[in-house]
Amino acid sequence: MEPFTRLVARAAPLIQANIDTDIIFPARFLVHTQKKGLGRFAFYEWRYGDNGEETPDFVLNQARFRGAEVLVCGDNFGCGSSREQAPWALRDLGVRCLISTSFGEIFYANCFKNGILPVVVSPAQLAALVAEAQDGHSLEVDLSDQTIRRGAGPAIRFTVGAWQRESLLKGWDEITLVLDAEGEKIREFEHRQRLQSPWLYERD
Amino acid sequence: MRRLYVWAGGWRQGGNIVIETPVAEPQPPPPRTLYDKLWTSHVVTDYDDGQALLYIDRQLIHEVSSPQAFAGLRSAGRAVRRPVAQMAVADHAVPTRDRDQPIADPLAREQVSLLAANAKEFGVEFLGLHDRRQGIVHVIGPELGFTLPGMTLVCGDSHTSTHGAFGALAFGIGASESEAVMATQTLRQRRARTMNVRIEGQLGRGVSAKDVILAVVNRLGSAGAAGYAIEYSGAAVRRMSMEARMTLCNMSIEAGARMGLIAPDETTFAYLEGRLLAPKRTLWKAALAAWRDLNTDEGAAFDAALSLDASALAPRVTWGTSPDQSAPITGAAPDPAQAETAPARDKIARALAYMDLAPGMRLADVAIDKVFIGSCTNGRIEDLRAAAGVLRGRKIAPGVTALAVPGSGAVKRQAEAEGLDVVFEDAGFEWREAGCSLCVAMNNDRLQAGDRCASTSNRNFEGRQGPGARTHLMSPASAAASAIAGHIADVRDYL
Repeated sequence: MEPFTRLVARAAPLIQANIDTDIIFPARFLVHTQKKGLGRFAFYEWRYGDNGEETPDFVLNQARFRGAEVLVCGDNFGCGSSREQAPWALRDLGVRCLISTSFGEIFYANCFKNGILPVVVSPAQLAALVAEAQDGHSLEVDLSDQTIRRGAGPAIRFTVGAWQRESLLKGWDEITLVLDAEGEKIREFEHRQRLQSPWLYERD
Repeated sequence: MRRLYVWAGGWRQGGNIVIETPVAEPQPPPPRTLYDKLWTSHVVTDYDDGQALLYIDRQLIHEVSSPQAFAGLRSAGRAVRRPVAQMAVADHAVPTRDRDQPIADPLAREQVSLLAANAKEFGVEFLGLHDRRQGIVHVIGPELGFTLPGMTLVCGDSHTSTHGAFGALAFGIGASESEAVMATQTLRQRRARTMNVRIEGQLGRGVSAKDVILAVVNRLGSAGAAGYAIEYSGAAVRRMSMEARMTLCNMSIEAGARMGLIAPDETTFAYLEGRLLAPKRTLWKAALAAWRDLNTDEGAAFDAALSLDASALAPRVTWGTSPDQSAPITGAAPDPAQAETAPARDKIARALAYMDLAPGMRLADVAIDKVFIGSCTNGRIEDLRAAAGVLRGRKIAPGVTALAVPGSGAVKRQAEAEGLDVVFEDAGFEWREAGCSLCVAMNNDRLQAGDRCASTSNRNFEGRQGPGARTHLMSPASAAASAIAGHIADVRDYL
């Protein structure tokens, strides 16, 4: 998996609350079966009008925010559907870091699997970062010391789970890790469970 | 009882410690919640960062969240660890009519054939479009007895919380996690906090589990239960059928909770006994004995609690673009000016603008032109019976287009055996084949911009039923009443 260590980049504000994964990746494009190249569908209904032309007032269509690698988002960003097409599309659009007061739980987990760092901050910190973004300032997001640095005002400390942090810093392939380190324990668990709850193994 | 005596000075000062362990009186284990029991019994190993490797007993697979997972396995040269613990079915992208024809949309056709090919390659059972067992993942899992109490069950779909109605630890995951489950049968997870949602009292006439969950989501807010596993309890839940309990658990995610749980009881066991994949004979008895312990012990502590009086609830309907934005049918669209904070005001104003509703407009005055009865929330036999009960002998209003989409082939056959298809069609509904249909609008069932739909599905997000379309969530009976009235209607006037 693609690691995330440190990023200095422009940020775009997407301040509306409850931006769900249907908005990030509309369902009608879910018939595409690849992970790659999905950025063209991101925020489709907001990005494009009925005629297929860009909507000029949508934040990510504005010259100063186009290609922003950080999105500063309203509460509960990525709520709703579990579709991983949402983080795939964001990543393809160039997004590496999302900052909000809260995230949809499944979406939050999906981000870490795709080299995107979701950062949770307080409402006051979010307001300050939105102002920075609107002023066109760059943000520095450093996962190793879990800090956001900005032009004006004090640095903002954040935390992510120790495992998520390590995985993202090192770009680990989690499946390989589990198979290498825990294969024996999984077999033992199955052996024990088969004795305790044999009905779960009727078809094995 | 195990006693610890600390002599004068205490252990911190290095005093003597005598541990007395009498033979008799084993101390009862500390009281645990249902969630704790399910979690603990599936821990493969605990990690020092508070996470655990959790064993996953079953996975349901569908065409949207699996192609990339299978591709990942293939490129890493991995197999599916336990093929019989998985079951694959196409539901999201499938058409709900002309099933005798190849799927018209070439991309959807390719997506469904890809699932069939992947399932075959990796040895996973696949229920094709013409299989009698085909249907929405969250309808067929329980129906087939694939879902059982005490299990951990996942699916690349956020409404996997549905299966919690059986006392299973069930939650939605992404495609990467789905690949991890295929390869390892485990997931690295953090223990959730627990919330008890207690629903006492008796539901009034015309008020259903859908109205209850809309009320719960409204009280909690769209992120109010994020990080929690909700356990629903109380007399009103005990009286609910399995279908109603599934409706309740299904929409837990709309309050942010990945999991909804209900302790299994005689209603659960009666539903499961004899199902295709449910254990039989001596195994059934053994399973039953184990399942009877799947409940929250007296005195176990939850991290949060919410109480609701079912008898005080009216049928509810959403007015906004988030499932927590609902009101009693007798109510009105809110006035943003009354909101306490600027963000709350903006949220309401934006939702009303998308929904094209004026502040203070009575919900019963909102005209609708589309009706959808179906989905993993409300596409089961009882839902169809409730709607048909309202529709019998009546016609839908002129200008209204209405779809009834059974949640599974089995639900459809059962409904037809009861003559419900005739009731729907006589009233002016279209009677379709099983699938997710207008709940996710991935197939050719899609609304046009500006359409306004009375819908029994679970999400009223912007564009959810088609770009620019407007969705009002409600119960099957309310949707049927609204179809007849041509506007959002109080089903109690039709009973």
